[in-house]
Amino acid sequence: MKRSSWLIPTIYILFLLLPIYWLVSMSFKSTNEILGSFTLWPQDFTLANYEKIFTDPTWYMGYVNSLIYVSINTVLSVAVALPAAYAFSRYRFMGDKHLFFWLLTNRMAPAAVFALPFFQLYSAVGLFDTHLAVALAHTLFNVPLAVWILEGFMSGVPKQLDETAYVDGYSFPRFFVRIFLPTIAAGIGVACFFCFMFSWVELLLGKTLTAVAAKPIAATMTRTASSSGYELGLLAAAGSLTIIPGAFVIYFVRNYIARGFALGRV
Amino acid sequence: MNKTINQKAWFFVLPVIALVAFNAIIPLMTVVNYSVQETFGDNTFFWAGVIWFEDILHSERFHDSLMRQLTFTFTILLIEIPLGVIIALAMPRKGFWVPVCLILMSLPLLIPWNVVGAMWNIFALPDIGMLGRMINSLGIDYNFTRQIGDAWFTLILMDVWHWTSLVVLLAYAGLVSIPDAYYQAAKIDGAGSWAIFRFIQLPKMKRVLTIAVLLRFMDSFNIYTEPFVLTGGGPGNSTTLLSIDLVKIALGQFDLGPAAAMSLIYFLVILLLSWVFYTLMMRDEEQ
Repeated sequence: MKRSSWLIPTIYILFLLLPIYWLVSMSFKSTNEILGSFTLWPQDFTLANYEKIFTDPTWYMGYVNSLIYVSINTVLSVAVALPAAYAFSRYRFMGDKHLFFWLLTNRMAPAAVFALPFFQLYSAVGLFDTHLAVALAHTLFNVPLAVWILEGFMSGVPKQLDETAYVDGYSFPRFFVRIFLPTIAAGIGVACFFCFMFSWVELLLGKTLTAVAAKPIAATMTRTASSSGYELGLLAAAGSLTIIPGAFVIYFVRNYIARGFALGRV
Repeated sequence: MNKTINQKAWFFVLPVIALVAFNAIIPLMTVVNYSVQETFGDNTFFWAGVIWFEDILHSERFHDSLMRQLTFTFTILLIEIPLGVIIALAMPRKGFWVPVCLILMSLPLLIPWNVVGAMWNIFALPDIGMLGRMINSLGIDYNFTRQIGDAWFTLILMDVWHWTSLVVLLAYAGLVSIPDAYYQAAKIDGAGSWAIFRFIQLPKMKRVLTIAVLLRFMDSFNIYTEPFVLTGGGPGNSTTLLSIDLVKIALGQFDLGPAAAMSLIYFLVILLLSWVFYTLMMRDEEQ
């Protein structure tokens, strides 16, 4: 088992990369080549699909919109989750366990259930088709997750740290920002990673809450796929580009992911 | 850790409550409101009582979607959890390859769900897709847009592709948290690799694995975008899972009453099952 164990992850990773390879290779093909013949790699290599995306604002603004609301969502979710997680990890208070479970239930809420009421709610408060609307809507499932992850990390920090700081004359806000936050930096990294991830990949709510001004890239893709026939090359190029921000984020938190989970409860 | 009782801790939780309440309670009330009313489309509503709930609970269509949903969820759990553990066990514990493995394995998790669906669609198409071509060249008649079995095979393969990495990451995190001393002790006792797995690794992974099961359960029960893009619920209705059916009723036919009633039942099913998982998990933790 020991000697040949590298084989299992290798086969698994190959399995993971195969569809991605197919997508990327398709993005360098012309639509004619995709539909006309079966080729394992692009026979006549073209950048036309990418050119279209980078010159047409309805395309590239989709990426900008997505990145804007994902960033707002990540900052917002982690910011409100931090004090709450601290309360859950340090204190016992009335209804704390019920509250924690109630928060988790929101993580279970199917987006399909909320799509229509969200549309009505955000139209009523005048936020429809803004980045803020999508960012707020995504806090529904990201805040509970962030609280859950951060609570795990904070419970791993001994309480003596808090007490020592108070003895040393730190006020609570100063202790929280100067000492506590740096201690759980890994946890914040992991929480940000998950918030980014779930907000970036979600489509149903993002699509329902936007029309033009804040339309996410995922929604642009579905619209274009249906309106201009089925331009597979273009679709593949747009899809390939959506992998890049995620890959960046993973690269930055790569050391935290494994160690981070282990330290924390998640 | 022993916690101090402090009711002022509520102030720390307030921002979260305000935000989630705005997002959860108001829309949920809207749904409840629709679920007990009847409309003839002119924006006037009548009290309808519980007829929608009765309709849904007795409708064949809902039963079928629910059965498909349960089949899907339990199949992927049965595949992804053991597979994830096996891969995590085989992964290197330190060195250059660890971050490489982690980054490559996390890739599917960060691809937008509709892209995952579209990617698998073009990957599995029998005429121009790599997977479809490969299977057909083996002499098997494969066409996921026409045959029910093939559609299910593709759907489950896609989900395994998409989410097994989450289980791997969680299981791996549990594994690296085991101190070396445990393994040395096992070695002295002459424990084989099965005994090490059964009595050291599995108990240490229990907590992260419960989380993995819980997350995978919730997310697979809510799955919408990937199967919708991959198969559109077809062929026929064979891959119409609960969410797809719900969106069809709510946004396609605009039957708000039945859709709202179905939403609530749907939500209650998830809630109930998750509560069971959650209490089991918490009970273990307190022991």
